[in-house]
Amino acid sequence: MPGIVDTLLYIAIIVAKILVVFGAIMLHVAYATYFERKTIGHMQVRLGPMNVGPHGLLQPIADGIKLFFKEDIIPAQADKPVFFVAPVISLVGALSSLAVVPFFEGFAIANINVGLLFVLAMSSLGSYGIILAGWSSNSKYSFLGGLRSAAQVISYEIALGLSLVGVMMLAGSLNLTDIVRAQERYPFGMFLLPQIIGCAVFVIAAIAETNRSPFDLPEAESELVAGYFVEYSGMRYGLFFVAEYTGMIIMASIGIVCFLGGWNGPFKIPYVPFAWFFIKLYVLIFIYYWVRATLPRYRYDHLMNLGWKVMIPLALFNIVITGILKVMKALP
Amino acid sequence: MLAEGIFIYLAAAITILSVLVITRKNPVHSVITMLVLFFHIAALYVTLNAEFLAAVQVIVYAGAILVLFLFVILLLNLKEEAVARRYVGPWPLGLMAAVGLFLAIIVSLDSFVAGPKGAFTTEVIKAETNTKALGKILFTEYLYPFEVVSIVLLVAIIGAIVLAKKRLRS
Repeated sequence: MPGIVDTLLYIAIIVAKILVVFGAIMLHVAYATYFERKTIGHMQVRLGPMNVGPHGLLQPIADGIKLFFKEDIIPAQADKPVFFVAPVISLVGALSSLAVVPFFEGFAIANINVGLLFVLAMSSLGSYGIILAGWSSNSKYSFLGGLRSAAQVISYEIALGLSLVGVMMLAGSLNLTDIVRAQERYPFGMFLLPQIIGCAVFVIAAIAETNRSPFDLPEAESELVAGYFVEYSGMRYGLFFVAEYTGMIIMASIGIVCFLGGWNGPFKIPYVPFAWFFIKLYVLIFIYYWVRATLPRYRYDHLMNLGWKVMIPLALFNIVITGILKVMKALP
Repeated sequence: MLAEGIFIYLAAAITILSVLVITRKNPVHSVITMLVLFFHIAALYVTLNAEFLAAVQVIVYAGAILVLFLFVILLLNLKEEAVARRYVGPWPLGLMAAVGLFLAIIVSLDSFVAGPKGAFTTEVIKAETNTKALGKILFTEYLYPFEVVSIVLLVAIIGAIVLAKKRLRS
């Protein structure tokens, strides 16, 4: 029966790909936390973690073990099923987007035709985890954090989606691999210059979408203790943490694929096809931390004004400009 | 074989989840069940090769509309909601209506005729991708209905703002 053997082999290859990507991203998530503490530490003239291993290199592993063995506390009045399921929804939303990201030529777990829409759909799932976590904890702080996050994520999702429409128009496709290939004939092999407005809107919306500073109102420590996950502890808290950093990596990956030319670089690096992708990823992650160490947090009404009155009109303007250029055939 | 198995699973899951949505006492649990339901409907679209529709189903319904449902439910006082009486009192009435509708559907199934085949066969759509085919037909053949729908939505948006602002002023 060659049919069954082929099917099994096909499934085995997919499972192997999933395991490789999952393992690589989990490692990146762990060391993204270390990288963040070191970067911000040095920007604030501190050393950051130093004690566990040389220069604190084993700190993420120690943190992981600590989170894993900590006591899991559940508030007495919590809605238990929702409380359990909320961090899982957050993590699933973040991780499933990894399936469509092309890390190098011809490598994506699922090379689907609506890749970009799939990522948008999955990132919209993340807000459920946050709202439900806030509500089910039965605490005022986490509830306020959850509601803020809901409003913020919905507002910035629109700008995020619209900022990518220009890319879709230039590439003529929603397939992430096709989008990267379409950039090869543009300056620097990137959509960065023809889509400079779209890229700026995307970067700001992506930071807001992942609840990172300066848009980290849902977890504003000075007002809400820690926002939507105050009542979470141990590994459940860890799941939210992993979801947040995975979300950052996803948003950075989409930025790379849509604006920075994906796996292509100025010259070819032999034997490591994914080298440029990951170099770009590290630069973008560094920018996340740079912004966090530099800018103060936005006020809530400023955040909403910026989202609805600046970001969305700018993104729409970008679509019109791209459309005119496309009709005039002014683009390569 | 595999396709049929997947369809049977999806159909069964959609039916069970729909019943769960309306029988949950806690509206937030209803919303979560509905979220799972929407994902199953999206999966059903994928099995029909309508991947664009599947993605839009999740983005629009699960990502936007259901979040707004959740928002409204959270702003209501849940404890009052839980003790509120059901809309329909006598259940035999509802059962009779449901059975009647079911019988009507069963009877009318025989007269079902598949529509005529258009220009977009499965091969054309596979070559052109689902999104492109849909966009082309939407902005050429169905441009007028499309514009009418957008006007209707615009009217609804403006109407909502007018109603909200009126109350604010008085």
